Amino acid sequence: MSTITMANALNQALRDSIAEDENVLVFGEDVGTLGGVFRITDGLTRDFGEDRCFDTPLAEAGIVGFALGMCLTGFRPVVEMQFDAFAYPAFEQIASHVAKMRNRTAGKVTLPMVIRVPYAGGIGGVEHHCDSSEGYYAHTPGLKVVTPSTPADAYSLLREAIADPDPVVFMEPKVLYWSKADLELPATTEPFGRAAVRRNGTDVTLVTYGPSVPTALKAAEAAQEEGWNVEVIDLRTIVPFDDETVVESVRRTGRCVVVSEAQGFGGVAGEVAARVTERCFHSLEAPVLRVSGLDIPYPAPKLEHTYLPGVERILDAIARLQWDDVPDLHHAGAGATA
Amino acid sequence: METTLAPGGVAAHLLPSPRPVQLLDPDGSLAEQPTDAHHYELPSAERLLHVWRGMVIGRRLDVQSTALTKQGRLAVYPGSRGQEACQVGAVQAITERDWMFPTYRESVALFTRGVDPVEALTLLRGDAHCGYDPIAHKTAPQCTPLSTQLVHAAGAAHGEKRRGSDAVALAFIGDGATSEGDFHEALNFAAVFSAPVIFFVQNNKYAISVPLAKQSKAPALAYKGIGYGIRSEQIDGNDPAAVLAVMDAAVEHARGGNGPFLIEAHTYRMDAHTNADDASRYRTADEVSAWLAKDPLSRLQTYLTAGGHLDDAGVRDAEQEAEERAADLRDRMNAEPQVDPMSLFDHVFAEPTPQQQEQRAMVQAELHAESEEQA
Repeated sequence: MSTITMANALNQALRDSIAEDENVLVFGEDVGTLGGVFRITDGLTRDFGEDRCFDTPLAEAGIVGFALGMCLTGFRPVVEMQFDAFAYPAFEQIASHVAKMRNRTAGKVTLPMVIRVPYAGGIGGVEHHCDSSEGYYAHTPGLKVVTPSTPADAYSLLREAIADPDPVVFMEPKVLYWSKADLELPATTEPFGRAAVRRNGTDVTLVTYGPSVPTALKAAEAAQEEGWNVEVIDLRTIVPFDDETVVESVRRTGRCVVVSEAQGFGGVAGEVAARVTERCFHSLEAPVLRVSGLDIPYPAPKLEHTYLPGVERILDAIARLQWDDVPDLHHAGAGATA
Repeated sequence: METTLAPGGVAAHLLPSPRPVQLLDPDGSLAEQPTDAHHYELPSAERLLHVWRGMVIGRRLDVQSTALTKQGRLAVYPGSRGQEACQVGAVQAITERDWMFPTYRESVALFTRGVDPVEALTLLRGDAHCGYDPIAHKTAPQCTPLSTQLVHAAGAAHGEKRRGSDAVALAFIGDGATSEGDFHEALNFAAVFSAPVIFFVQNNKYAISVPLAKQSKAPALAYKGIGYGIRSEQIDGNDPAAVLAVMDAAVEHARGGNGPFLIEAHTYRMDAHTNADDASRYRTADEVSAWLAKDPLSRLQTYLTAGGHLDDAGVRDAEQEAEERAADLRDRMNAEPQVDPMSLFDHVFAEPTPQQQEQRAMVQAELHAESEEQA
């Protein structure tokens, strides 16, 4: 056992994948000599040579499209988008080509590629460095969307993403890059499509993922002091989605809050809330609530703590789950009369 | 920083000929040739005959496809009548081991490539997004978003090089698409990685309705290459001999490890953008007739006939094959394609997600109920 950060785990997953499969290539902006701005590719060029890990011109659509072309000759590219919002120039390549290629060629052309996206906030980043862009990818059929919250998952899910026959958008919560765990690598955790119960509870289910998992766990501890026994589910993979684990939990607890740092409107949290409602309506003691980022552009660093769903906002949501059977009129429009 | 100097100025070896390369003039006579680096040898009569025959067949199938659209057999058809020298000549200059990246307008290039015309037209008939096997033909699906396929071509060409192969990639685009960002990213990536790609711009003068003057202030689109360090050439795209000769040079350049090559072929789309377009709104009949006088097919036919390489029997033979292939296309396109709604879920992922399985079951139940009602 040794203490390993999520950044170390990701780096080791890339190393082990490169060593095991000669078709695995890592490329992107500053990933070579520098080792990436977050050092996730640290030492790969030095240890495996420029053939296996290399810098590209600064053009995200180019990087993703070039990776697609390399897949046609049997390579398995792992590309890095330097930051969430800097991946937007590649969006057309991702949505119109990467996501659709298997489908439009009836399975003749497959794209075993991984697009790594450092995402979300909480690191004091200036604008365009803190977006939670997972919703765009999750809304696009043909992409798997994966986001680890622990070093063990970071290693295991990235290995699985690289081995996957289909394109995976691998969303790395920047705020957790330096989170640590005592761990022996290689580590294998649950496969894609399986959520993890991070904390068992009986009264409320918090469904969350990526950067919000530690916050949800802290909120669960604080809730315990208030007398609520809270279960925390980490989705791990948004696509494929694990309805089963979520439904089993909510049917048991009868209450659910979805916690996500992304803006709430039209996002992944809303999808989760809808799925839970569709499947657990008769088990629910209260409406499913969302605690998300605010519906504003991600703010300047000095205001991000107000934007981010924190322990207090999660506790407030838990408190609103109609424990006394009182209707919740907090919502915009909830006071309207029929 | 030192710049690379060549005789004639900074990086002049990358610059295109100031006038489009032309070996055969519109009358089918040999054009006067420069003696500088932009001098190209006339391809052999045998190869020119092969291009001519491909153009006869390609044009017939193109005309047939337009007719099928009018009969409602194709959802839409972007014709390429007038651009056959580009599509046939460029494709005949590469081999089966090379890659091709077509756009939606490259039906004739696909026919030339050996893709079954029915498979080439499947996208436009509307029964599937791609009717042919892109791996078997080393030909990417016809690309509808503009210029996005060029970066794929750069990646595939780089991949081939990494594998130790000398295969090149031929990537087609039109004049309008040179304004798209991916065109520039592709040129830059290909140059930086010295990827063997031939970027073949068919400048047919209009992006649907917008004329080139509103698209670019470049002296010619071929001048866009020098900024990326890419050797470039502009050609008379209605001169099949020039297309073949410059493509040969481009293939040799790319195959020889010298990186990408950019060709701008000046041509003209004789028909509207598609059957849904009305070209009379943006161009005059006089302009169209002026281009008719530069027709690539009659130009080459005149040259080959005058040189004794082609006689009436040869013309009849090619026209007969073209008619037979058009009839075959017509017959097969008139058969109603069988499309299976249950195939919708087959190729999203290697393994469908639980959510897709659930939706699949729903669709299956709907179809079952429908067939019960009909029974």
